[in-house]
Amino acid sequence: MPAAESYPDDLRYHPEHDWARVAGEEATLGVTWFAQDSLGELVHYEAPNVGSTVTKDSSYGEVESVKAVSDIIAPLSGEVLEVNARVVEEPETVNDDPYGEGWLIRIRMSDPAEVDALLDADAYRAHIAEQ
Amino acid sequence: MEATLKRTPLFERHVALGARMVPFAGYEMPVQYEGVIPEHKAVRTDAGAFDVSHMGEIHVDGPSAQGFLQAMLSNDVDRLADGDAQYTLLTNETGGIVDDLIAYRLGHGQFYLVVNASNRDAVNGWLKDREPHGSEVRDASDEYGLVAVQGPRALERLGLPDAPSFTHEMGELDGIEVMIARTGYTGEKGVELCCAEDETGALWDAILARGVTPCGLGARDTLRLEVCYPLHGNDITPETDAISAGLGWACALETEFTGVDALRRIKAEGPTRKLVPFVMEERSVPRQGMPIEGGGEVTSGTHSPMLDIGIGMGYVPPSSAAPDTELVIDVRGKPRRARVVKKPIYRKET
Repeated sequence: MPAAESYPDDLRYHPEHDWARVAGEEATLGVTWFAQDSLGELVHYEAPNVGSTVTKDSSYGEVESVKAVSDIIAPLSGEVLEVNARVVEEPETVNDDPYGEGWLIRIRMSDPAEVDALLDADAYRAHIAEQ
Repeated sequence: MEATLKRTPLFERHVALGARMVPFAGYEMPVQYEGVIPEHKAVRTDAGAFDVSHMGEIHVDGPSAQGFLQAMLSNDVDRLADGDAQYTLLTNETGGIVDDLIAYRLGHGQFYLVVNASNRDAVNGWLKDREPHGSEVRDASDEYGLVAVQGPRALERLGLPDAPSFTHEMGELDGIEVMIARTGYTGEKGVELCCAEDETGALWDAILARGVTPCGLGARDTLRLEVCYPLHGNDITPETDAISAGLGWACALETEFTGVDALRRIKAEGPTRKLVPFVMEERSVPRQGMPIEGGGEVTSGTHSPMLDIGIGMGYVPPSSAAPDTELVIDVRGKPRRARVVKKPIYRKET
């Protein structure tokens, strides 16, 4: 069941349609409802390796639908602590639950101050309204 | 740009159904309604309807029409009786494929060609430039609507009797006069229904009212690739010859047509590359244009909804063309393993 459109208030957003859930020095990252809806049903998640480094504003992996492939842009920098194996096996989990079971990676932030530059839910909603 | 895109008679219905519209072959077409994967599965398990009104329809009529088409098309037009249809190629002097199409014999000296939307003008122009006295080529694309209904339950849902594939007849569906062609592009049983342009909306409504799932171009592409039907512009082009493309079965090399000498020579000498279907051996989605190691290129690639794995077709050297040969595909810089398979890639379990 595809999820209904939502942008939770407790998340921070990157204009390239990625979200971050920050908890202490760690953050969980994923793609937004808007991103998964634009792509359609996901069929492949090219994940980074655990232990690798992701850099804010740079691609750390790819998600693909039947028709298209899209880079996943890191909203924050850090070291990859965990990759969501469920999404590797069942990429459509992202369509069903983009902010919950469909998370993509968990990182240890290298520069927590980067969080301040991200959009809040209202600013992100305004951003996609312009698209 | 958008203002120049054409619309089929079903445009408003697609939008009302919530379709995502994309530009395709000069038309604004639905790429998906509910989603590519559920639409694909509807066609494999039940029935799906596709608006293919963008495709070109060309009439070729007259006492010289049959001889003319025999000299233009790769397959043997003389084998067609009234009510028959035939997959065939319009070839150029080098055996390259100007278009692949279906030729229908409507009656003595009456033929009807259904051609790819993006090649409509090319085919019409090609034939017009060469038509002899006693044969009239007429592009009637804007006079007709065309809807494909495909799937194991397509005939049952439409209330139509079974009939041999590659035949056609006039009939009606819920009071709408249609030409019923037993043809399609999905590997499933089904029909392509051609009606007067101004009745296309009523035909579409009648089909959907019978419980057929509307399907977009996205599912059309995954369905045809699972059964290895080539797509003109991807797998076959004016630069790719019919023998290398594995379409020798649609070339009657004992007849005389444009490019037949080149095709006979390629067949005798063996092609220098072959179009082969493959499946990925690891999680990855091949895409058009990706290099194949050892020389070659992916011409079509997608994710197979039925097999849940990446699949594709591409040209490889003959030494790599045998089934079970391992291929390595360069997926955006990453080597990914694939394996050549027999056609079709997907075959229904029996």
